[in-house]
Amino acid sequence: MDIKITITDREGETHVVDAPTDIAMNLMEIVRSYELAPEGTIGICGGMAMCASCQCYIKSDTELPEMEMDEEAMLAEAFHVKENSRLGCQIPITEDLEGLVVELAPEE
Amino acid sequence: MIETDILIIGAGPTGLFTVFEAGLLKLKCHLIDGLPQPGGQLAELYPKKPIYDIPGYPEVLAGDLVDNLMEQIKPFEPGFTLGERAQDLEKLDDGTFIVTTDEGTKHHAKVVAIAGGLGSFEPRKPPISNLADYEKKGVSYMVKNPEDYRDQSVVIAGGGDSALDWSIYLADIASEVTLIHRRNEFRGALESVDRVKELKDLGKIKLITPAEVVGIEGESQLESLVIRKNNNPEEDFKIETDHFIPLFGLSPKLGPISKWGLEIEKNAIKVDNSLDYQTNVPGVYAIGDVNTYPGKLKLILCGFHEATMMCQSAYQRIFPDKRYVMKYTTVGGVTGFDGSKKEAPKAVVKAID
Repeated sequence: MDIKITITDREGETHVVDAPTDIAMNLMEIVRSYELAPEGTIGICGGMAMCASCQCYIKSDTELPEMEMDEEAMLAEAFHVKENSRLGCQIPITEDLEGLVVELAPEE
Repeated sequence: MIETDILIIGAGPTGLFTVFEAGLLKLKCHLIDGLPQPGGQLAELYPKKPIYDIPGYPEVLAGDLVDNLMEQIKPFEPGFTLGERAQDLEKLDDGTFIVTTDEGTKHHAKVVAIAGGLGSFEPRKPPISNLADYEKKGVSYMVKNPEDYRDQSVVIAGGGDSALDWSIYLADIASEVTLIHRRNEFRGALESVDRVKELKDLGKIKLITPAEVVGIEGESQLESLVIRKNNNPEEDFKIETDHFIPLFGLSPKLGPISKWGLEIEKNAIKVDNSLDYQTNVPGVYAIGDVNTYPGKLKLILCGFHEATMMCQSAYQRIFPDKRYVMKYTTVGGVTGFDGSKKEAPKAVVKAID
């Protein structure tokens, strides 16, 4: 089943995209698959929470999985971090995320 | 001038394996890498993480894969220019190339293979608007010579191993070391965290957390930093310092390669994937994560394949008149430039009485 996710890109343009829940994708990969940020500027480490190129701000009150140590540590060293910052690569797409609204953080 | 047949830019897994495939063709290789050690991302970013899709290895740690590749290419005696970044590419009239690093080291090669991965690792710079104005005027992103800081005051920012380790190291050299981090928690090795705490209790390191540097001031030279505590602008205060060293890790950038006249698409170098992974500049190849073509996958195993195809093409470019057919290592063995020879043992013929 697909869910709808609203993503505002780094240019400020908003996109509503269908995100599949059945092939183990994460939010960073959704952004890449729709090419909402140029290749090489997002998901640089491949999804290991070791860069912060997929940082995004969560704009809806959707319940998200808790942050693990890796993500928390990376965000502690990332730039442009806000209260609602998360790493897209650490957010698996599940049915619970229906209606999620996010904004991509600026490129470092 | 360093002379070689194939100059490989990038000592990650693809670049390292190129040495092996070239060696089978009796071509000598030299590698340049901006990092001080070979292995690229595998060594720098995730040496202790497992990889599951290397053919024949159900599971291998990234660091172990690098060690194995180094062992595999040892007989072919590759040269290394490490800790220097390939800066300029010049094509000579005879079709050979000169590549110069940022330190001025020159390499002369018949063929250039760019295996640069995601690019060269550059320090991540915090978004302080006038930061760049103070580079080399008190702000630096790495510690090259610790003695430069003797009896001077230093502010280090960051929460990882390099921030912790340099704070510890400089505590004995600098007149004053201040470590600033956005959180109270540090993510370095436990013993480093403990050591910083000891030094803090001894008054040898000043710790300011949770805080960040938000401004830099100084006439012609760094004089003071504006520190924001608890993310609250009302608590902003200044500290005077001779040096500011932000240590927020490294991130890869395509860098100078993007100015070599190569066709670039999506932050990667376009190559001919129907043949030999050559770029639009004949004699310059791009292999591994740094290239792009329809259906490209950034996988180590794809880099190995690309390296192999590229070496065959390089051989033909270097020896256009030589006839050659590919030989299996099981048949031909592996003869190193160091005189070593590995080969399959001959079958034993023995009659049954």
